Amino acid sequence: MENQKIFDEMWGTEDSLREPYRKFQTWFDSEDPARLRKKQRDAEELFRLTGITFNVYGKAEAEERLIPFDIVPRIISGSEWFRLSRGIEQRVRAINAFLHDIYHKQEIVKAGRIPKEMISQNEAFLPHMIGVEPPGGVYTHIVGIDLVRTGPGEFFVLEDNARTPSGVSYMLENRETMLQMFPELFSQNRVQPVSNYPTDLRRSLAACAPPACEGKPVVAVLTPGIYNSAYFEHAFLADKMGVELVEGHDLRVVDGRVAMRTTRGYRPIDVLYRRVDDEYLDPLNFNPDSALGVPGIMDVYRAGGITIANAPGTGISDDKAIYSYMPEIVEFYTGERPLLQNVQTWRCSEPDALAYVLDNLEELVVKEVHGSGGYGMLIGPTATKKDLAAFRRKLKARPGNYIAQPTLALSTVPIFSRAGLSPRHVDLRPFVLCSPGKVDITPGGLTRVALKKGSLVVNSSQGGGTKDTWVLED
Amino acid sequence: MLGKTANGLFWMSRYLERAENTARLIETGQRIALTRLGSGEEEWIPVLQSAGSLDGFHDAYETPGQEAAVDWMLRGRDNPSSIMACIASARQNARLVRTAITGEVWEAVNATYMMARELLARKVSERDLPAVLAAIRQNTALVRGMIHGTMLRNDIYDFLRIGTFLERADNTARILDVKYYVLLPSVSAIGSSIDNVQWESILRSVSARGGFRMEYGSEGGPQEIAHFLIFDKRMPRSLAFCVGKIKDNLRYLNASQPKPSQSQKLVTHLETAYLSHGIDQVFEYGLHEFIEKMLELLGDLAGQIQLDYRFYE
Repeated sequence: MENQKIFDEMWGTEDSLREPYRKFQTWFDSEDPARLRKKQRDAEELFRLTGITFNVYGKAEAEERLIPFDIVPRIISGSEWFRLSRGIEQRVRAINAFLHDIYHKQEIVKAGRIPKEMISQNEAFLPHMIGVEPPGGVYTHIVGIDLVRTGPGEFFVLEDNARTPSGVSYMLENRETMLQMFPELFSQNRVQPVSNYPTDLRRSLAACAPPACEGKPVVAVLTPGIYNSAYFEHAFLADKMGVELVEGHDLRVVDGRVAMRTTRGYRPIDVLYRRVDDEYLDPLNFNPDSALGVPGIMDVYRAGGITIANAPGTGISDDKAIYSYMPEIVEFYTGERPLLQNVQTWRCSEPDALAYVLDNLEELVVKEVHGSGGYGMLIGPTATKKDLAAFRRKLKARPGNYIAQPTLALSTVPIFSRAGLSPRHVDLRPFVLCSPGKVDITPGGLTRVALKKGSLVVNSSQGGGTKDTWVLED
Repeated sequence: MLGKTANGLFWMSRYLERAENTARLIETGQRIALTRLGSGEEEWIPVLQSAGSLDGFHDAYETPGQEAAVDWMLRGRDNPSSIMACIASARQNARLVRTAITGEVWEAVNATYMMARELLARKVSERDLPAVLAAIRQNTALVRGMIHGTMLRNDIYDFLRIGTFLERADNTARILDVKYYVLLPSVSAIGSSIDNVQWESILRSVSARGGFRMEYGSEGGPQEIAHFLIFDKRMPRSLAFCVGKIKDNLRYLNASQPKPSQSQKLVTHLETAYLSHGIDQVFEYGLHEFIEKMLELLGDLAGQIQLDYRFYE
């Protein structure tokens, strides 16, 4: 990796300003750094006041924290975005086709493109979904595809978040904050808006109303509650969509429908945008100890009484072991070459791959197959000897639990630091909405940035920050 | 609206009102202490009682004097009615009902919380106390102003108002409950400075000195004060005023229904049976007994509203 030149999205690899950043650079040069520093503090104050915080798990004081925000936007040209969005759409369509197939005829297994045990032995495969036809044929109403970049045209998919991807509130609030602080930047640059997301989300959810729906679909957001790390986002989305924010104890099954307790009695819900994991969704059908879900909701769902978004069982499509088959999956269902590349992945369940991973551990990133949020992963190049040894033991004990990938030379975007502009590694999570026959991608997404110099970990739980992400009109 | 949301709105505004009332009670207590006419330490016990904060106070401090009483009411760690606890609970409820209130209201509540966290992080010195109390009252007033200026007049607003006025009526009744003996005709040695201070402290704790003066000049005695706080419908913290507002808002809530709700029946009973008479009858009935009855009926009313509007499962 050392001999690889890192691609900076503002300055390229040869220190020459890239086109999308031209106007920004002129503006930045004419700004007084002291004023910018003050603006950076103002931004923080704004976030604190609006309450854009997240709760940190495992902290004694259950403190609400801000995700650090950096004022330098991440800028993508219209043509770059066009190519990217085509790739994303192709991938999301393939994921939906894949989900339908594995819960019905399993043709991809019959065709020998995916080993049978990848499905049948997968913890994320939900037998309750076999033969179920989700309303509107949509499994993944909301997807967040995690992308990384290594060069001008080189984008890779790192993860397909097809369960309950979060972060969209930051995408929206980052833009609001930038508009408020630097309105002049938006008159100089033609930035594609992101603010339609909540309206699109509501329309897209309503378009998937279940057969039992009469009249205008009633949409609600289901949250695990006020102590959940993403509660702010759940309330934010419900508020912006103008729908109710409900918890499990507000709901019960009444006359074959899932209904919410209002001041005037129980009222049926048509579409439930749930931000509760499958496992906790229905204590009668899944985890009996769950107090977050609704007893019997799966039975109502199967009978066409409610739409659950995303559909239960979608987790199998963003499973990290399935991830390695994504190129095959895209080809199988679309008949096209994948437009977006996968990161090379070693499945440690395969003996040859495991041997390679063990031999090259200090150069690889190792992830748990079902993990997320940057927890339980190993970054070989920066790991201590002790960490490496610990992971060797884990890999040998449960090889099927891990995959490994090369350490990518993630692109950088400058942040505004004490020293002025300093490059930091970033990733990108665009948000995708699926409704019957339609895929909407909001131009931009959430850019997460590793604030520590040289760090490749962008997760907010691990000290990452965020940036506003611009897609320019070309 | 969700029953849970109605509950959150109701408690958000109750807690804000409570924080503001406690700030006013501390101000009054401090004022009496400064005049040196009140006898210091025991003067704070009725203040703590009025603020509903007496429980646990004596266990929490080694020397339960003025400093301790003020600290306990401002930020006592185990005092659920401390100003800090009330503001934190108001904010927690505001987060819960974030989708029902406007962004402006939420930000005002959140700003109040951030202000309180900062000002009440450490013990507040006597010197800083006036400014801290003023900031708290200003901020809660800001929230009320935002509610008034940005919220739709619908059921959401009704639940906010009902919470405010139930808490306020309860607060006025508690002040009267603790201090009723000062207002009894038999006890008052007319014109004694002790009584004057006591009467003034009652008016002060409901921000009613100016209004009272406007109405009665320098003539008013305990009888008039009791009348003013119980029956005067122009006085925004009197029992009659608050109960009238609760009644209005309950009526708005029930407008589309053919029959009055149970809570409407209760509030109508409360008003006709207890708030439609003269102050003479109250003294005949017994001022203390009357106030006890008020507190009981207000409690019943709150319970009935919870049932009528399905606050809980």
